[in-house]
Amino acid sequence: MADGSIGLWTVPLAVLGGAIRVSTPFLFVSLGECITERSGRINLGLEGTLVMGAMSAYGISYLTGSPWLGVLAAGITGALLGALHAGICSLPRVNDIAVGIALMLFGTGLAFYLGKPLIEPTAPRLPAIDFGWWSDIPQVRAALRVNVLFLIGVALAPILYWAFRTTRWGLLIRTAGESSDAARAMGHSVLLIRLRATMVGGFLAGIGGSFLSLFYPGSWNEGLSSGQGITAVALVIFARWDPLLCLWASLAFGGAAALGPALQSVGVTSGYHLFNAAPYILTLAIMIITCSPKRTLTGAPAELSITR
Amino acid sequence: MIVGETPPPSGAFGVDAIAMTMRFGDFLALDNVALKVRPGSFHALLGENGAGKSTLVKCIMGYYHATEGDILVGGREQAIGNPKDAHALGLGMVYQHFTLVPAMTVAENLVLARDDVPAMVNWSREMKDLEAFLARMPFKVPLSAKVSDISAGERQKCEILKQLYLKRRFLILDEPTSVLTPAEADEVLGMLRDMVVKGELTILMITHKFREVMAFADDVTILRRGKLAGAGKVSELTPDAMARTMIGAEELTVQPPRTGEAGKARLELAKMRALDDAGAIAVHDVSLTVRAGEIVGIAGVSGNGQRQLVEVLAGQREAESGEIRVAGAPYHASREEMRRHNMSLLPEEPLKNACVGGMSVADNIAFREFDRAPFASLGWWLNRGAFRVDARKKIAQYKIKTRTPDTPISALSGGNVQRAVLARELGGGVEVLIAANPCFGLDFAAVARIHAEIMAARNRGAAVLLVSEDLDELLELSDRLVVMFHGEFVYEARTSEADLTVVGRHMAGH
Repeated sequence: MADGSIGLWTVPLAVLGGAIRVSTPFLFVSLGECITERSGRINLGLEGTLVMGAMSAYGISYLTGSPWLGVLAAGITGALLGALHAGICSLPRVNDIAVGIALMLFGTGLAFYLGKPLIEPTAPRLPAIDFGWWSDIPQVRAALRVNVLFLIGVALAPILYWAFRTTRWGLLIRTAGESSDAARAMGHSVLLIRLRATMVGGFLAGIGGSFLSLFYPGSWNEGLSSGQGITAVALVIFARWDPLLCLWASLAFGGAAALGPALQSVGVTSGYHLFNAAPYILTLAIMIITCSPKRTLTGAPAELSITR
Repeated sequence: MIVGETPPPSGAFGVDAIAMTMRFGDFLALDNVALKVRPGSFHALLGENGAGKSTLVKCIMGYYHATEGDILVGGREQAIGNPKDAHALGLGMVYQHFTLVPAMTVAENLVLARDDVPAMVNWSREMKDLEAFLARMPFKVPLSAKVSDISAGERQKCEILKQLYLKRRFLILDEPTSVLTPAEADEVLGMLRDMVVKGELTILMITHKFREVMAFADDVTILRRGKLAGAGKVSELTPDAMARTMIGAEELTVQPPRTGEAGKARLELAKMRALDDAGAIAVHDVSLTVRAGEIVGIAGVSGNGQRQLVEVLAGQREAESGEIRVAGAPYHASREEMRRHNMSLLPEEPLKNACVGGMSVADNIAFREFDRAPFASLGWWLNRGAFRVDARKKIAQYKIKTRTPDTPISALSGGNVQRAVLARELGGGVEVLIAANPCFGLDFAAVARIHAEIMAARNRGAAVLLVSEDLDELLELSDRLVVMFHGEFVYEARTSEADLTVVGRHMAGH
């Protein structure tokens, strides 16, 4: 231990650190999608929103010098993309899944186009809080450098859980998602509720994107997201549309994603790419275990196009 | 225009609809109809499907804007532009389909229905208020239970309580007892009747059950094909007179008399178990034998496993365990077996369960035989001409109202969709017939026709399993009656010896 090496302990530590670091975008996107899906609509375009958020956050942070303005810009970009999705889906006989796929391609394409000049420059990053100050071991300190956005996300999960139960907006979103007939009979506009829910969902997904470009990995390039937005949408299904479960699921995915690099750091190099595929293998495994052709998903909002 | 008083701040008030006319394009849904509901009365609105009852109440509630006519609430003319205006005047409606959110608790549903849901709900205070409210009400519901977990009867009570919670003093009930057992229906209507007698409430009830009209209503208005056919005091009318006013001069198909005795066992279920969509046991190890030349009726409030039972027999759902035998041979609901045993199915919601809406009437009629001669050569080359020839014949025989055999079947009315399914299922020889709520939502003429067909199939020696929520239908048609509750058969009797109160008690699970 004299050389500061902690041997195989590196792996769980790196996985823990990875869980905290990598999970943040999953967390924001899945919480956002959770809100949207509880209102009865699926927005698959969040992958595009995530990438657009990352690009706009990086751009604004670079231009203004304030990473927090970048985060705000990412949120606003996401909300606008959400509004676009909801607006198109408000038209009669429009399928939300098809619109989502179109917006996913549109969002990533637009981000790559607008983000071309941003690949070179370096933008100010988001600060992190050092929870590892008590330790001398650099790996522990690295693992416990926690970003503020992660903490906000962790706080957001129970707040959403509470809000779905005890606020007017939470109840209305659930009504729209469970029975649009009931919502209409009460005189509410289902389309308006879903528009707002999709915008809030896009806002959160955009913030998730800002974490990618402003903290980890912390730069803007075209391979930044590599499908994290889509994975997060699947995660909502796995989490049974429950914000608290979204938090745990995000941590699990983050940890799985950190497995490859962690093993590499202790010298296990064979099968590196296989370990990198761990989150996707986890997705498949969980889906196979939890889904059955004979049952509908418990907890699924009844108005979702996949459950109807 | 006489302007009377506004609705009093509390207590019952009346509603008058004067010279209501409603046009949908060329179609005249209401033709100069008048309806007068006295304050503090229980008023029944009778009529067949399509007679304009729903249109009339939807005009009163502001969902539709009548082409002509006026609505007087509490004697004063009111322009009701939308349901919110109606609610503000104290008018409330309980719909035929439930408007509760199944995944939420009863309490959440009640609070949510208010116009002034607070931005942040203080649940402990709301629960106290709700309990205080329930203590004043004639019936109780479990506040913390999820709506999806309570029975249909409790849901209906919830719907009514919701209206009372919202302080509505003029209630429109659309077929409120269709999901209730006779005893539950009497309980709910009796309690509402008490509130009417106390002067707290006025009720306008859409129904087609004469028994309930006779027992609970003061006045009745009868519509026929969009026109006012009759109105008066219930005490001065008989069910026969009301039925004649409802149907008019139309000839009904005469049901053949019950002839012949039951023969050999044709359809046998042995300890059959099936799950519902949530993975819970819906059909709990039931055993049943239906013999040739016999109608076995399965009674029960909807949601007690009947749907899953029929789905298994129709091949829409896999049985979890147990055995089904048809004419002694194991049966797995394959197309081949259905053909071999001459099985026919009349599932509920025929457009959804027995038709492809976008395909033509002729195609839908040919589903059973489309890949056989004369409809197909070598099992794959389809002869479209033969489809049409056969369809034309059946369309004439079963009086299906369609413009052409090539019209998509979803364009037909409910009664005509059911007739097309009847033509397909009963066109050939039938040995086993499974029917689920075959007459739901149909008018008298269609019902009489279907009942006659089912009885004729039985007389020809078919084994008939009739699943229905309509007890009157079962008592009329079946030879044996079985009551299904919570996925089990809890009662069985020969229909001629069945005691209605005992049947009702078992339907409610007592």
